[in-house]
Amino acid sequence: MTLRLTVNGTEQTLDVDPEMPLLWALRDILGLTGTKFGCGQALCGACTIHLDDEAVRACVTPVKRAEGKRITTIEGLSPDGTHPLQRAWVEHAVPQCGFCQTGQIMSAAALLRKKPHPTDAEIEQSLGGNLCRCGTYLRIREAVKKAAGGQ
Amino acid sequence: MSTIVLATAPLVFAGCDKTKSKEETTKKAPSFVPPAIAASELRKVSAFDAISDPADRSRAIFLEATRVFLHPRCSNCHPSGDSPLQGNEQRPHDPPVFRGENNHGIAALECTSCHQDHNLELARVPGAPNWHLAPREMAWIGKTPHDLCEQIKDEKRNGGKSLEAIVEHSAHDPLVAWGWNPGPREPAPGTQASFGDLVAAWVKTGAACPDATEKGPLGTKENAR
Ligand code: FES
Ligand code: FES
Repeated sequence: MTLRLTVNGTEQTLDVDPEMPLLWALRDILGLTGTKFGCGQALCGACTIHLDDEAVRACVTPVKRAEGKRITTIEGLSPDGTHPLQRAWVEHAVPQCGFCQTGQIMSAAALLRKKPHPTDAEIEQSLGGNLCRCGTYLRIREAVKKAAGGQ
Repeated sequence: MSTIVLATAPLVFAGCDKTKSKEETTKKAPSFVPPAIAASELRKVSAFDAISDPADRSRAIFLEATRVFLHPRCSNCHPSGDSPLQGNEQRPHDPPVFRGENNHGIAALECTSCHQDHNLELARVPGAPNWHLAPREMAWIGKTPHDLCEQIKDEKRNGGKSLEAIVEHSAHDPLVAWGWNPGPREPAPGTQASFGDLVAAWVKTGAACPDATEKGPLGTKENAR
C-alpha cells in the first residue's frame, strides 16, 4: 500500500504494509535511526516521536495512523540541535549510554509544548513511561527544569 | 479461560419493601435458584422469568449484569483512583499512567500515546476506539452491587445518561464492546448483546437496585449462601 507521510517537514512516499510499526518505517526505510527500538511493546519509551503535537510510541503505532499528520523525530526537533531541551541536555551532560535519551527528550518536548512550566510532579508523571537503564533520571529532571525556565 | 461452573445458590428476596407489613413480606418471600452456568457465560433474561415480582426480578437481573460491570475487562478502566488497573489480578497499570484532566491521560503520556483503535497482536497492547478512563465519579472498583446500581442510575455520576441511554451505551458502545474482544485476555462473560439484553430488562422491570447486603453476583463465591 502506498502511504504519504510528512516526516520532519519533508514529504515521503512509502510502499509498505499499513500495519507496519511506524518505528520500522522510520529506522529501516527512511534511515532515521535517532529513534531507538527498546521493547517494541510500549513499555520503555525509547521510540517516542511526535504525531502532530502528541508524543506517541512509534513501536506500536501502525504507519497508516501517521498519514496526514506531521511526524517529528529527534532529527527534526530543531534544525541545528538548539532546542532548549537539547541545549540543557548538553549543559547537564545528561546521557550515559544514550540509548533512552531520544525518547526522554521527545517526551519532555511534548510536555513543555503543552505545559511550558511544569511542576516537578508533572515532569515525573509525564516522563514516567520513559525508562533509563543507566539511571540518569536526576539529570533528566534537572535538564527539563532548566529548559522550562529558559523558554 | 476459566471453565468453573458457578455454584447455584438459593436467593431469597425478602424485606426489601418497607411499605409492606412484616407478615406480608414473610409470606411473599420467594426463593429462587438461578440455573448453573459456566463462568464465561451470562444468564439470559429468561433465566429470571420464574421471579414473579418485577422489582425482585429487576434486582436479580442487575446482579447478573454485575458479573460484567465488575469483570476486570470492564472495571480495570473504572478505577477509584487516577490510574487504570491491569490483568485479572487488577494490578496497577505499567508503565505508570494517570487519568489527567479529561480522562485521556496527561501531557506526553496520553492513553493514545500507546493504545490504538484496535488490539495489537504482536505487541499485545489492547486497543479500541476512543480508549480512555471512565471519569472518577464512575468508579466501579470496590463497589457493592447496590452502590454500583445507585451510581449507574444517578445522572450526576453516569455522564448525564438517561436509563435508555445506559441501555444503548451498554449494548452498542464500541469501547464497551472491547470487553468481549480483548485479544489474548479473558473476555467479560457472555456477549455484548446478552449484556445489553440484561440491562434493557433491568430498566424495563423498574431498574430496582439490589439490597445493600448483596455481596456479589448470583451464584458466585461472594454470594454463596
Ligand atoms: S520501543 Fe517503543 S516503547 Fe519501548
Ligand atoms: S542513558 Fe543509558 S538507558 Fe538512559
